[in-house]
Formats: sequence, C-alpha cells, structure tokens
Amino acid sequence: MNARALVRPAAVWRAVGALADIPVRGARVVKTPAGCVAVFRTSEDAVFALHDRCPHKGGPLSQGIVHGTSVTCPLHNWVINLGTGKAEGADEGSVPTVAAEIRDGRIWLSLSELP
Amino acid sequence: MSEAIRQRLVVIGNGMAPGRALERLFETSPGTYAVTIFNAEPRVNYDRIMLSPVLAGEKKFDEIVIHGDGWYIEHNVMLYKGMKVVKIDRAARTVTADNGTTAEYDKLLIATGSQPIVIPVPGANLAGVLTYRDLDDVTAMMLAAKSRGNAVVIGGGLLGLEAAAGLREQGMNVTVVHLVPTLMERQLDSAAGHLLRKAIEARGIHVITKANTKAIIGEKKVRAVLLEDGTELPADLVVMAVGIRPNAALAKDAGITVNRGIVVDATMHTSDPDVFAVGECAEAFGQAYGLVAPLYEMANVVAAQLAGDKSAAFAPSATATKLKVTGIHLFSAGDFADGADREEVVFRDAARGVYKRIVLKDNKVLGIVLYGDVTDGAWFFDLLRRGTDITAMRDTLIFGPTVQAGAAKDPSAAVAALADDAEICGCNGIPKGKICKAIADKKLKDLAGVRAHTKASASCGTCTGLVEKLLQLQLGDAYHPSASQAMCGCTTLSHDDVRRLIVAKELKSIPALMQSLEWKSSGGCAKCRPALNYYLLATWPGEYVDDSQSRFINERIHANIQKDGTYSVVPRMWGGMTTASELRAIADVVDKFAIPAVKVTGGQRIDMLGVKKEDLPAVWSDLNAAGLVSGHAYGKALRTVKTCVGKEWCRFGTQDSTALGVRIEKFMWGSWTPAKVKMAVSGCPRNCAEATCKDVGVICVDSGFDIVFAGAAGLDIKGTEALGHVATQDEALEVIVALVQLYREQGRYLERIYKWAARVGLDTIRKQIMEDVERRKALFERFVYAQKFSQEDPWAQRAAGKDAHEFRPMADLTPLQAAE
Ligand SMILES: Cc1cc2nc3c(=O)[nH]c(=O)nc-3n(C[C@H](O)[C@H](O)[C@H](O)COP(=O)(O)OP(=O)(O)OC[C@H]3O[C@@H](n4cnc5c(N)ncnc54)[C@H](O)[C@@H]3O)c2cc1C
Ligand code: SF4
Ligand code: SF4
Ligand code: FES
Repeated sequence: MNARALVRPAAVWRAVGALADIPVRGARVVKTPAGCVAVFRTSEDAVFALHDRCPHKGGPLSQGIVHGTSVTCPLHNWVINLGTGKAEGADEGSVPTVAAEIRDGRIWLSLSELP
Repeated sequence: MSEAIRQRLVVIGNGMAPGRALERLFETSPGTYAVTIFNAEPRVNYDRIMLSPVLAGEKKFDEIVIHGDGWYIEHNVMLYKGMKVVKIDRAARTVTADNGTTAEYDKLLIATGSQPIVIPVPGANLAGVLTYRDLDDVTAMMLAAKSRGNAVVIGGGLLGLEAAAGLREQGMNVTVVHLVPTLMERQLDSAAGHLLRKAIEARGIHVITKANTKAIIGEKKVRAVLLEDGTELPADLVVMAVGIRPNAALAKDAGITVNRGIVVDATMHTSDPDVFAVGECAEAFGQAYGLVAPLYEMANVVAAQLAGDKSAAFAPSATATKLKVTGIHLFSAGDFADGADREEVVFRDAARGVYKRIVLKDNKVLGIVLYGDVTDGAWFFDLLRRGTDITAMRDTLIFGPTVQAGAAKDPSAAVAALADDAEICGCNGIPKGKICKAIADKKLKDLAGVRAHTKASASCGTCTGLVEKLLQLQLGDAYHPSASQAMCGCTTLSHDDVRRLIVAKELKSIPALMQSLEWKSSGGCAKCRPALNYYLLATWPGEYVDDSQSRFINERIHANIQKDGTYSVVPRMWGGMTTASELRAIADVVDKFAIPAVKVTGGQRIDMLGVKKEDLPAVWSDLNAAGLVSGHAYGKALRTVKTCVGKEWCRFGTQDSTALGVRIEKFMWGSWTPAKVKMAVSGCPRNCAEATCKDVGVICVDSGFDIVFAGAAGLDIKGTEALGHVATQDEALEVIVALVQLYREQGRYLERIYKWAARVGLDTIRKQIMEDVERRKALFERFVYAQKFSQEDPWAQRAAGKDAHEFRPMADLTPLQAAE
C-alpha cells in the first residue's frame, strides 16, 4: 500500500478502446480505481479525456453535448473546454485533464494522470 | 475551518443590503463564519427596486432574484424563510423568531430595512388598502388589478408613480393624489415636475396635487377615498406610498441605541460592539438612507469589518435618482433648491420635451435635474461627486461632454468623454474603467456578459444604455446589439428565421444547415443543436435522421438524469389507469434492481428513482415484458394525459373522460414537440383532472367537449383559454391533434404552448383550428404522417441493443488495479 503511494511512474499509457467505440461528437466512460474518466471524440475525430466530474456540482460530463472542443454539462449547462478542462464563459472552475492519444485507431490514456 | 472554531454570524432580514454584505464576505474570507439568516419575507434575496417592472408586467419574479436557493446551499447559509425575529437577547447572545426558533450568535447583523408609512386616516385598515414594499404587495396589486376597477395611489413620489404606472399598465383606472404641488418634489424642481406630470397624464393617469386625504371609505372593503375638500374618488384599491420609516423597534427593545434608525458609527457598529446594522434600518451621520447605492457602500464596510479590516469606514456620498417607468426619462442628483449663493444653468427644448438644469455654487456642480434627455447624467454626476471646478466650460456646460470635447454630436461621445473612474452603474458602484477592463480582459461581447462579470446594469437597469455604449465604443462593429435576438452565439438568425429557411432552402441535416446558413461555430453549441435537431425532425418526418448527439442526455437515453448522475424511469400509464400485473411488474423491477425510491408523480403515474445507468436496458426489458412502455417523462414530447374517472364511475360524470384521455394518449404518444406537452380530461366542470392549467385540456359537458389550451402550472401559473366546443370524441381528437401540430410547426424550441399562443395570438390559433376546417384536417394529416416514424417504444429498441454504447463504460480498469 505504502509502496504504491511512493512509486510514481512517469507515464504509463493504457489502451482503452477504439476510436470507433465513441460516437462522433460523443463521449464514453472509462472506469478507474479512483473514479470515472470521460473520453470525448470531436467532429474532427480528436480525442480528449477529463475527469468525469463537472467543476460546478459534479455532473457527469460524459453525458453532455459535445460541440467544437467543448462539452456542455448535462446538469446546469456549464461549458467545459475539453483541452484545458476549464469552464468557459462567465463560470469559473476547472476539472483535471488526462492526456489522450490515438495510435493506429486505438485510444490511449496516460495512466499516471488518472484520478 | 472546522465548525467549532467558526464564528456564528446571525443576520436579521434578507434584503439587498445584507445580501451584498454576505456576497462580499464570502468573496474575501470564505468559511470564516457560519451564517444564519432570518427573513420575515418567505423568500430569497431579490432585487426590490425591480418590483415596479414586475408590477408593470415587464419582468417575472424569477428574473429579479439576486440569490437563488442554490447560493445559500453553496455557501452553507441557513436561511429561515418566513420567520420574523421578535427578540434579541444580548446577554445570552441569541435571537428568537416568532415561531420560537432560536439561534446563537457571535456577531449579529441587523438588516430589517424599513416599513412603509401608513397615514392614520379612518379606514386605513380596510381590505383593499395596500402599501408598496414587497412581492406580496405586488401580487396583491396584480390580483386587484384583474377587476380592471379604480385605483387611487396616495403619494406622488418615486414609489407612488411607479405603482401608478404599473397599475395603469395592468388595466386599472388610476388616480394619483399628492399633497404638494410638484410630483417627486424631493427629486425635481417645479419645471421638471410639470413635464413629468404631463407625461404621467398622457398615460391616462389622473393626477390631483395639493390634495390631502381625509378618510378611506368602505364597509369591509375599500369603496372610495375622501379628500379634505370633499371630493370622493371611487376606489377598489388604494396604495399608500407616502414614505418609509426605518424598522428599528426590535433593536430598541434590545436596548441598542436608536434614533430615527438604528444608530451606527462609520464602521457600521451599533452601540453594542458585537452588533452591526446595515441598510435602510441603519442611521449613520444622523441620516437614514433609502437608495441602494449608499446601502451597498454600507454593506461593503460591514463585510470588511466582519473580515477583520478595522479600517473600513462608510462615507456617505451624493446619490442620484431615476424613475423606472418605461418611456419616462428623468435623472436627479444633489441639491437643487434655489439660494442666494447659487447660480443655475437651464436648457429647455419644449418641442422635444427636454429640460436640463444644473445648479452651481462656487463654480462647482451642486445639483442636477434632467428630464427627457438623460444621456449626460453620468457625466454631470461625475462632476458633482468630484467637485470639479467648471469655470473653464461654464458657457457650454449644459450641452454636455460632447461639446467640451469639441467633437461632432455623436451619441457615444458623452460616454467616451467620461473618466475611467466615473461611475456608470450607481446601484452597484461600478466605474467605467472596471467595465472596460472586464470587456477587454474577459472578451465580453454583450450586455449579458457585462452583467455576469461586473454586475453593472444588473440591478435597476437604467444604466443599460450607457453600458451598451461602452460595449459599442470598445468593440466597434463587432458589437451587435441584436445578438440577443439570435438563436445563440453561433448565428445572427432568430429561431423563426431558421425555421423559415429550413423549409425555403430545403435543409435536411445539421451540417447542411450550418453550411448554408453560415454558422459561426464549427459544430454549433448546446443551445442551437437540440433546437435544430427538433426543427429538422418536425419539418422532415421520415427523411431527417435524428442526431442523438444533438439531444440532451435525457432524450438521448430515454430516462431522466438526476443530480447524482443516476436516472429515473417512468413508464406510461395510459390516462392514469393501471392494473395489478403492471404494478406487480414495477414492484418486481424495484426489488430486482434495488431501486432506492418509488414515487407517484403529479401526472398520475409511477416514478422509479435512482436507477443506475448500466441497469437501464435490463429494467426496461422487464417492464416491456409486462406491457409497460416509455412515458417520455424526460422529453420535449407528449408527457401525460391525466383523466378523472368520469361517467364510468362518478355520479357527476357527463362523458367517458377516462376513455377519451386514453385515446388521446395512445394516438399522440411518441411525438416530439418544441417543449413538453401535458394534457388532461375532466368528466364534468368540477374538473377533478385539473384540465384548466394544462397545455391542452378537455372539460366534458352534457352536450360534448369544451377544449381549452395554453394553461401553465409551473414557473408561471396561468388558467387555460377556450379553444372551442365540439360534440363528439372524434372531433375532440381532431381538434387537439391539429392544435398540437400547429404548435409543432410554429413553436420555438423550449417555448411552451402558452408562450407560443401569447406570441402568435389566441384568435389566430382559434381561427385556424376551429373555423378553417380544411386547414385543421391538413394539420391532422401531417401529424398522423409524422407519427408513423415516431411510435416505436424507445425502451424496447434499447432493451434490444440499440445505442448499447450509451449504457456501458468503454473500458473498466478497476479490477486490474484492485488486484494489486
Ligand atoms: C418599489 C420600490 C422601488 C424602489 N426603487 C428604487 C430605485 O430605483 N433605486 C434605489 O436606489 N432604491 C429603490 N428602492 C429602495 C430599495 O429597494 C431599498 O433601499 C433597499 O431594498 C433596502 O434594502 P435593505 O436590505 O435595507 O432592506 P429591505 O430590502 O427592506 O429588507 C429588509 C428585510 O428584512 C425583513 N425583516 C424585517 N424585520 C424583520 C425581523 N424582525 N425578522 C426577520 N426579518 C425581518 C423584511 O421582511 C425584509 O425582507 C425601491 C424600493 C421599492 C419598494
Ligand atoms: S371532474 Fe366531474 S366527472 Fe370527473 S371525477 Fe370530478 S366530478 Fe366526477
Ligand atoms: S422535481 Fe421539479 S419542483 Fe421538484 S425540485 Fe425538481 S424541478 Fe423543482
Ligand atoms: S454540475 Fe455541471 S453545470 Fe452544474
């Protein structure tokens, strides 16, 4: 237990699925021991990953509407930037991002940054 | 900070002043205090100065709320609504409310405001005699105004005139009775008062000046107002607006020093070092204040003191007044009485109804009265507050800053000429520089943005024009005042434009539409996409392919998201009828999936709450097996058709209301609409199904069916309007279907039927549905055609595997890690 807390590997990348698993302008959830990560696919087929908790009141961002490189939270319509995790517009707050990449059609997340 | 070492702050009164103080306190030292508020009014903090627009029907109450319930929760404030504090025990450091609730304090903030003065004439306590102070007064006035009778407003000051204009707007016959010769004599000189009187009279309001009220006449309810000179004015409603008195009795009883108001020093402390007072109840420097600007300054001082800044001090400054009656522009500030040591500069333009008077003393501005054209108000007021020596511009002063700058007459020039620290929003004390900085730093594009970030023009709104000019100055052509009419930030087109163009240009997909109509964003936003999806779906049934990614989560996965991310599931119960086997199936599902809550809804069906997303398809599969299908309780769609038991069981029933309700629901379920649609059918005019507050309702009578529509019972409450009478069930169905189809074709997304009806006109709708039979039949046919593509149970489809990705995580990394 203690050992785990001390060891912090630089970046462990994990494949979590295929790009095609996520609808265009949609999101899917990846469950991790410390909570859910929302993985988004934009209309340009870019992927982004965020903790699946809205900075406002914890709404599941994976259930929101994806537009451009933002997602609108399903609970009270905060708009979160997928790249930065920051709330847009007049709202202030941010959610941690998780590095995500596509390699050969598969989506990889940087594990060390998982929540 | 832990609860134990947090100080307890108790606030008595929940008006604008303590609201601002707490806002500041939470900003500067969050978590320092555990706050409890007692408010005699049973509601949250709202913008009291905007009551007049509410009375005039220009705003709704929820538009003037300053702190919604969420704000109190967010800041852990215990707000006791509707509890009046009756006792302060300073020895025990407690306050006690009328219902016995007691709270202990370390610091106490008294913010009881003031109360309207009731002139002690006979009859002053009759029913129908009101004052003008809070939302209850406004509601009572609006109710009284329904009778369209006579109203007498006693008092021709700011409040009295706003009340009179509002009541007139509500259709009453209004007389204003004022004691002295000039209206608003505390803010206006006689010349401006005269112009104001003419403008008020032009609205059909009678004005009687130099009139003293002798008595109010009536038995149980007011009937007339009797003036000193014997005139009797008929009255169904009397509003007294003759002044206010600080609410200081509570403090006085507790032994705190009280004069006219609760006496405070510059640090807002009362005679007790642990007790502060703020707002209209407080008296500082021998004066009580009745305008928001100085109260907000007091509030800032209280917040700073509570946060430990002992140097914060209140210094009263000049205040400006504006009348909030749409179409009347006046501005007044400072002292404008005549005097031997004073000079004045006056400008009149009778044709335009403009009057300006600047009172000077020792070459400084002492008083300002502007009527008709108030654009330069902020500039003059700034000269006044600064005590600027105006000798150099004495000759052209009255023409305002434009002329000083030597520029051509340009409406923005006055604003451009203002110094950065010139105050724009008097209510919130926001200077020009702060607004310009926010526009630049936060890249603001519109009024809404400025309001969200700076609060400027968010209170009384009279500085809206100035703020818009600042936006114009700063953004130039990039500022589109009409942007607010647009569907959203992605386009300049309105909802109606878009609907029209979808048909005209035969646009059949979201990308095609965005391309053709030159959408400004790459893929729209969460505002326009669901609207476009609906418009396309409603316009091209059978052709347009629903874009589930453009739907809100509820409609995407056919269940209602709850605040914790779980879902609620509501199966249809046609017309509110159910059976033992359906109930058994529901009970089994609840047990099997350990569903935490089961509730009977307002729409005569059963809601299972707290279902996990992954469980949804299995839940639906089990419900489907018992014949239960989606109730669309999550959609902008037909929700419920409530019924009463009607002729089948009830001794008063005239028709089989249940059967009609079931028939309507079975015919119409699955159709998408601009906003939710709720219906009801009652078997007789006793109306047990509450059909008269629904989007569409039916009242059965012996001779057939009365069809009503455009009711509301949510944020707004509104009785339905008559649509028409028909003799048979078949006709009733045809009329209702045609009405809903017309709404589907014309309604703006999220616009309920009553709002659509108000916009296009009740008569227009009646004519198209009831009189133009051909049109009705065509509408009916179009609905029937669209239904071909929508009456498939979405739950059954998903239980069978459709959109499976919605219900399963893409990957589950938990077991691997846990195995460590
Ligand atoms: C119709 C109208 C129009 C106005 N227009 C303007 C304007 O254009 N510009 C401007 O600057 N000002 C205007 N004002 C004045 C402005 O609204 C007030 O100055 C301001 O709201 C006062 O705030 P406050 O917090 O001191 O008191 P209030 O807002 O009066 O709040 C006091 C609260 O305390 C509660 N309370 C009282 N006693 C107790 C008790 N014992 N226990 C618990 N609760 C108690 C009351 O119910 C009340 O809700 C207007 C006022 C009205 C009524
Ligand atoms: S509305 Fe009339 S018919 Fe229906 S239950 Fe009530 S009393 Fe009976
Ligand atoms: S269920 Fe309706 S009334 Fe109740 S809290 Fe939610 S929105 Fe408000
Ligand atoms: S929880 Fe996301 S907007 Fe409220």
